[in-house]
Amino acid sequence: MAFVTDRKRVTGLGAAKSGTHHFWTMTVTSVALLVLTPFFLAIIGPLLGASHAEVIASLSRPIPASIVAAYLVVGLHHFRLGVTTLLEDYVRGLARKIWIIAMTIVSYGLAAAGLVALAQIAL
Amino acid sequence: MVELALPKNSRIRTGKTWPKPEDATNVRKFQIYRWNPDDGENPRVDTYWVDMDTCGPMVLDALIKIKNEIDPTLTFRRSCREGICGSCAMNIDGINTLACIYGMDEIKGDVKIYPLPHMPVVKDLIPDLTHFYAQHESIMPWLETKTSAPEHEWRQSIEDRNKLDGLYECVMCACCSTACPSYWWNGDRFLGPAALLHAYRWIIDSRDEATGERLDDLEDPFKLYRCHTIMNCARTCPKGLNPARAIAQIKKMMVERQL
Repeated sequence: MAFVTDRKRVTGLGAAKSGTHHFWTMTVTSVALLVLTPFFLAIIGPLLGASHAEVIASLSRPIPASIVAAYLVVGLHHFRLGVTTLLEDYVRGLARKIWIIAMTIVSYGLAAAGLVALAQIAL
Repeated sequence: MVELALPKNSRIRTGKTWPKPEDATNVRKFQIYRWNPDDGENPRVDTYWVDMDTCGPMVLDALIKIKNEIDPTLTFRRSCREGICGSCAMNIDGINTLACIYGMDEIKGDVKIYPLPHMPVVKDLIPDLTHFYAQHESIMPWLETKTSAPEHEWRQSIEDRNKLDGLYECVMCACCSTACPSYWWNGDRFLGPAALLHAYRWIIDSRDEATGERLDDLEDPFKLYRCHTIMNCARTCPKGLNPARAIAQIKKMMVERQL
């Protein structure tokens, strides 16, 4: 029991004056993924079951490699923003902050690993 | 962490089954949530049988009949009985609505009545709306002006007045906010659909001069951006309003002033 007025409880620490950038970036990356996803599937789809040499040949061409790279970066950035929202929704306190840091490392770690792998294939 | 199970002392048990009315041929079964803070017991669901031949058509009619004729301890809020005061908001047949304008012919099978979900219960069907009202107060639900008051009234064009339609009708029954999963999980910080609908009502009022300050106060990952357009608010609103649209409009204005 704390002797705090209802109004003070609602006000809390006040408005953070942020959130719009997150919202807008989610919107922009969603639109980008809407455009990139068909191209990504058109590149990766035919490679399912293909030989190693065919995969290397396809991803060595500049346009497919660029699209896959863009898809990795935009997709994992979008993933990081989405999973942050999810963690803010469901996890509280210190655990929330730890999870957000962990998932940021996972997201950018995956993007870095994907880009390095793509660079090794393409270059 | 989000809690998916009720605490031990909130788990609902089977309650008392009240006797059927004698000589009645058209009876209907009501299952109603009961909780009394004074007896130290867990909540329970009591079963009542109501003679529909001597009962009005709305769920509130049945509740009043039960209170008057069967169990005077049944506790609920009601006032206007015509959907304008918002007092009798409760969860009926799985949906948040106003008991006074919800017809029993709309319900198949037993009538199940619970208080508005995920709110502290004062008693039986009465939720504690203290925090909800404080959230409403926090969005400054009044006209804010800096210009000196005109000699007569603040004038508004018909077109600008029309923008308030679909917003001013809200009766603050709390059906929308208590139907919103984001409000369930983060209701302490998320303002919820009702307060945000009212916020938008003042943001787009052509006479109001605090638009920027109002947007400033809402620009927060929790106050505003917990809305994920789940749309339960629009689905459940007994007045047919669309709080999700109002929230989307606020978000658009937030982007508009940055780009």
